[in-house]
Amino acid sequence: MIEAKGLTKRYGDKTAVNDLSFTVKPGVVTGFLGPNGAGKSTTMRMILGLDRPTSGSVTVNGRPYADHAAPLHEVGALLEAKAIHTGRTAYNHLLALAATTGIPQSRVDEVIDLVGLRDVARKRAGGFSLGMGQRLGIASALLGDPKTLILDEPVNGLDPEGILWIRNLLKDLAAEGRAVFVSSHLMSEMALTAEHLIVIGRGKLIADTSVAEFIERASTGRVKVRSPQAARLRDLLVGPDVTVADTEEGTLLISGLTSDQIGQTASDNGVTLFELAPQQASLEEAFMELTGESVEYRAPARTAERSAA
Amino acid sequence: MTTATTTVRPGRVSQLRVLNSEWIKLRTLRSTFWSLFAAIVATIGLGMLFSWGFATRVGDHARPIHDAATMAVTVPLRPYVIAQLAVGVLGVMVITGEYSTGMIRATLSAVPRRLPVLWAKAAVFSVVVLVLMEIVSFATFFGGEAILSSQHIQATLSSPQALRIVTGVGLYLTVVGLLGTALGAIIRSTAGAIAALFGILLVLPVLGEVLNLTSWGKHITPYLPSNAGGDLLTNAPDPGSLGPWTGFGVFVLYTVIAMAVAAYLLKRRDA
Repeated sequence: MIEAKGLTKRYGDKTAVNDLSFTVKPGVVTGFLGPNGAGKSTTMRMILGLDRPTSGSVTVNGRPYADHAAPLHEVGALLEAKAIHTGRTAYNHLLALAATTGIPQSRVDEVIDLVGLRDVARKRAGGFSLGMGQRLGIASALLGDPKTLILDEPVNGLDPEGILWIRNLLKDLAAEGRAVFVSSHLMSEMALTAEHLIVIGRGKLIADTSVAEFIERASTGRVKVRSPQAARLRDLLVGPDVTVADTEEGTLLISGLTSDQIGQTASDNGVTLFELAPQQASLEEAFMELTGESVEYRAPARTAERSAA
Repeated sequence: MTTATTTVRPGRVSQLRVLNSEWIKLRTLRSTFWSLFAAIVATIGLGMLFSWGFATRVGDHARPIHDAATMAVTVPLRPYVIAQLAVGVLGVMVITGEYSTGMIRATLSAVPRRLPVLWAKAAVFSVVVLVLMEIVSFATFFGGEAILSSQHIQATLSSPQALRIVTGVGLYLTVVGLLGTALGAIIRSTAGAIAALFGILLVLPVLGEVLNLTSWGKHITPYLPSNAGGDLLTNAPDPGSLGPWTGFGVFVLYTVIAMAVAAYLLKRRDA
């Protein structure tokens, strides 16, 4: 359980995180979504007490992180991959962290097996790939068997097998009743993993909602119909609150009616339908729509041309 | 499936546990081994070389040295000046190695109160360097005096001030390393902290020589950190020097102040 209230972080006159309030509940995977530079990592560092908020507060399992007597048992965190001394082996890295709170050596072996690093555990971390670094970071997050997990972009640098592994791991951890807070700038990844979403842009909260609602909110409410009798259907459907647009020969885009209503009308009048499809914005579109105003770093014209094309 | 087959019992973070953690960290890095190896080889190797050179010089009866007996105590131990480079770099890297790699964020997440980390680093480093360098200092002294015995000018531990100087080498090097750790925690960059440390230890005394030319400067130079600390290791003090233990006390005081600043900043700054 993470509770942020009015969390704000300023660097000079630049506001990285602006009056952010949200709750991360146990038992579900909560996705923390935003474009690069939106303030996700800064927020996560403030949760862990690494950065001091300019104003506002954040608690983990009811207390500021630094006030916990056994922090590794409360929160496991993967901040950036490779918060690891490059000269130390994976095993010794975990052993040193475990020692701070009296976690036994057997647990170190266990998390190494859990993340699949057995073969390289005695090698120095400086030679690790990004993916191996991520796995080691996840191993250190799991060391204390914590109630809350905070993972910053955990799928970065992982291969497809690793991504699938993370996805299942996160869901299992949540199913065990833990609060799991995962940041990503990849909407599609979050759609597959998270149940709840906290979306930020330029440090501000944009949405705090379930994934299903998020898609719903971003859907256009239009229905695409393809029929050999398009002109007839058009006349049947048009009404005061209904607009019908012809996009191409034999295809209509209808607003103001549900697909059920349209199908019923067609059936009642013997109109043949080849296609009847509610138009949902893809998650990516929904995300772009919501965060479009708040992208920190944008390539000027080219991106716009592409999306127009 | 995911987590605990071993029961992980919540354990409180304690200073003792953080000490253990820092001990694991120190002994699992090759840089620790190599810096200490360099300090040992430099002290013993150069100590023998200096002793041999001095013995040869004393043997040249055409040019007698009048204070040979005094010098015989300190000549084998002069390489402490070189050893302090290796020990100082290690002291710096104990903390800046964590900042340069990002490890510091893992460390401070595990110990969010932060200060136990600094105390543990300082304590573990001190004990290791003190024990090791005391052994090396005694070994170098006995080895060097054995070489000087060829000219019958060898000192013993019961020679005037000898015991204090031999013990002092380990003490001085430990405090140099701790000053490095404090500067490392303040500056958070390996290159910057090493430059600051050796600026203080090696460059300031040179400026001190210039100060000595002025009437008021003479009162300042004895208080420069390496001059004050070096008082412990000499039996032929400069006029106006603070005396062995007062001088060393001043050097320790500088280090304590630097460590206090380091602690304040570690507690306050964003990691």
